[in-house]
Amino acid sequence: MAVIKKFEAVKISQSHLLGIQDISVSEVFCILNEAKAFIKLNKSTSKKTDILRGKTQINLFFEPSTRTQSSFELAGKRLGADVMSMNIVNSAIKKGETLIDTAMTLNAMHPDVIVVRHQDSGAPNLLSQKVNCSVINAGDGRREHPTQALLDALTIINRKGKIEGLKIAICGDILHSRVARSNIYLMNMLGAEINVVAPKTLLPHSVERLGVNVFAEMKKGLDNCDIVMMLRLQNERMQGSFLPSAREYYEYFGLTPDKMILAKKDALIMHPGPMNRGVEIDTNLADDINKSVIREQVELGVAVRMACLKIYCKKT
Amino acid sequence: MKEKYLINARIIDPNNQMDEIGGLIIDVNGKIQAVGKNVSNGNLPTEAEKIDLEKQVLIPGVVDMRVFVGEPGYEYKENFRTLSNAALSGGVTSVVSMPNTSPVIDNVSMVDFLKRRGRDKSKINIFPAASLTRNTEGTQMTEFGLLRRKGIIAFTDGLKTVQDPQVMTRIMNYAGESDALIMQHAEDNILSAGGLINEGEISTRLGLKGIPFLAEKIIVERDLSILEEYQCKYHISQISSEKTISVIKRAKEEGKVFSTGVSINNLSLNENDIGDFKTFLKLSPPLRTEEDRLSLINAISEGLIEVIVSDHKPEDEESKRLTFAKAATGATGIETLLPLALELFHNDSLKLNTIIASITSNPAKILGIDKGSLQIGADADLCVVDINKPWVVNKDNLLSKSKNTPIEDRKLQGQIIKTFIKGEIAFARA
Repeated sequence: MAVIKKFEAVKISQSHLLGIQDISVSEVFCILNEAKAFIKLNKSTSKKTDILRGKTQINLFFEPSTRTQSSFELAGKRLGADVMSMNIVNSAIKKGETLIDTAMTLNAMHPDVIVVRHQDSGAPNLLSQKVNCSVINAGDGRREHPTQALLDALTIINRKGKIEGLKIAICGDILHSRVARSNIYLMNMLGAEINVVAPKTLLPHSVERLGVNVFAEMKKGLDNCDIVMMLRLQNERMQGSFLPSAREYYEYFGLTPDKMILAKKDALIMHPGPMNRGVEIDTNLADDINKSVIREQVELGVAVRMACLKIYCKKT
Repeated sequence: MKEKYLINARIIDPNNQMDEIGGLIIDVNGKIQAVGKNVSNGNLPTEAEKIDLEKQVLIPGVVDMRVFVGEPGYEYKENFRTLSNAALSGGVTSVVSMPNTSPVIDNVSMVDFLKRRGRDKSKINIFPAASLTRNTEGTQMTEFGLLRRKGIIAFTDGLKTVQDPQVMTRIMNYAGESDALIMQHAEDNILSAGGLINEGEISTRLGLKGIPFLAEKIIVERDLSILEEYQCKYHISQISSEKTISVIKRAKEEGKVFSTGVSINNLSLNENDIGDFKTFLKLSPPLRTEEDRLSLINAISEGLIEVIVSDHKPEDEESKRLTFAKAATGATGIETLLPLALELFHNDSLKLNTIIASITSNPAKILGIDKGSLQIGADADLCVVDINKPWVVNKDNLLSKSKNTPIEDRKLQGQIIKTFIKGEIAFARA
């Protein structure tokens, strides 16, 4: 990971992590470099540090989440912070409280960092304007999921040693995906070539303006790729007539061995989870230890979130 | 009241092709007695009340065809008194109020209430529009005949669009008899469902669901097809996209008779102004691309769009201090309609005469009201404007009860000096 070293001295200028669109290449490497150090710690027998001792982290999840929420929770705890997780899905917000009121209430408890997930795009931005602490975006609407993209980048660097010059295919429901958007911004920033592969109904308007090659045929899109990122296809997409059926989707856009063979021999398979086996990905491919790095993504996710918490928590 | 003599003004009255230095005489009943270059200091009685306008521009009072008042039901957003004050400071003397109140203006008893409130609380002329369908539900047409008899001159579901083509066909067929003006807010509900801003690169980047231009175009095409079979007085409230303009152009070339409006917001702002989720720029129709904005301006020059409206929609702070998805739609604008429109003159986008026609005589003609012109015998509803005066928009100085202006901090050129209603000075800037 020599590439990262030279950016070690860079300072992060912002106090919030709202999206990849707002940060610079040097800031990205600063985060990844921090994260790299935590990978070893997370594998050791004594995982706890006191970097954030005395700091309070509030996880504010307006949308149900298992892996992101537990990943942030674990990350905070390993850094020694006091972590409080709030599931708003069935609490005050249902009684009519607005996001700003919730923010003001939490702000009165003097947290040092708020990790927020919200179904509305831009909600973390609004929150960040109203609280005195740092805000880390854990996914907002269809807009961004910056820590997911950062952990994907770390996973790729861990395996391939670099991102620059790699060819990355992002496949599936790009339209509704914040993971896809954050990854497009980040991988572009780091010098990768990006193919997006999706049926036209699941592509956002003007997606080519984000700097990607667009493919409606998966075999062409995967041709000679180093990385194949699959996205989750939500079942309700069938109802909106985005697609004719799950079986047709699997036939044309599911990751199967006959399509995977077109990617490079040493190509890696990634997925942000949770997976729909047999809908977007062949079950054997998902478990193929030579190709699939899906579990490694989860593992490095904790390290990346520790890095983000450490860096942004100190900014206020 | 005494006669008044306004002298030494640059008088612009598009309806009478007038643009000259002269004066205007207001008679004892508040009507225009004489106007033009023949009215000057030299030929007036020396004892008369004279107001020297010092070469400022004198135009007919502005007629704003699309304004939302909070009465009844949303008085905390805007009432008739605050609307009237806001309008007068913007040179607006006549408005068409939208029926999207609570309850909806869809029956004659509501009209009586509105007329009484409007008369008691406001100085400006309020022409209430009634809804096209009961409770703006798009299923049962309102009593056009009875409402017309009560003085309703225009019908619209305001924020909503009649979706059912059969209902719309019957409305246009029935309205053809009664000479009622039908105004449509063109938006297909299914295509725009959940949409928040223009569908395009910005909606993709902000992760907000887009409203495709098709949602507007498809309704305009549908209604113009119906119009071919059932002639009635039909007006498209406001359009936002270049693609819709080409539909309108084709229909006009085919000889169809109808009219079209545009919001000043769509002429002065584009989707980029939304920036970091500014909810004050969440509008319907949405702000679209710069290309769309330029083509709308061009369509005004070509006479394809006749009317500019403020689309004044006051919203209280609590309705806007939310995530973009949950925030209310709309922006105030009645006070800044004329100054913002003048920006299009100062930056050489439109001729001064064209701008003034589109906010005075054109809407008045479409509505069939005796306003928007300096016709002798008409009420002296006038606006005096210093078209070069620079100023900066500051929401705290605006008179509307709600402060959701989309152009906070914008530097404008052109400010209203005086507004007259029926010959009386109803507003004078300090």
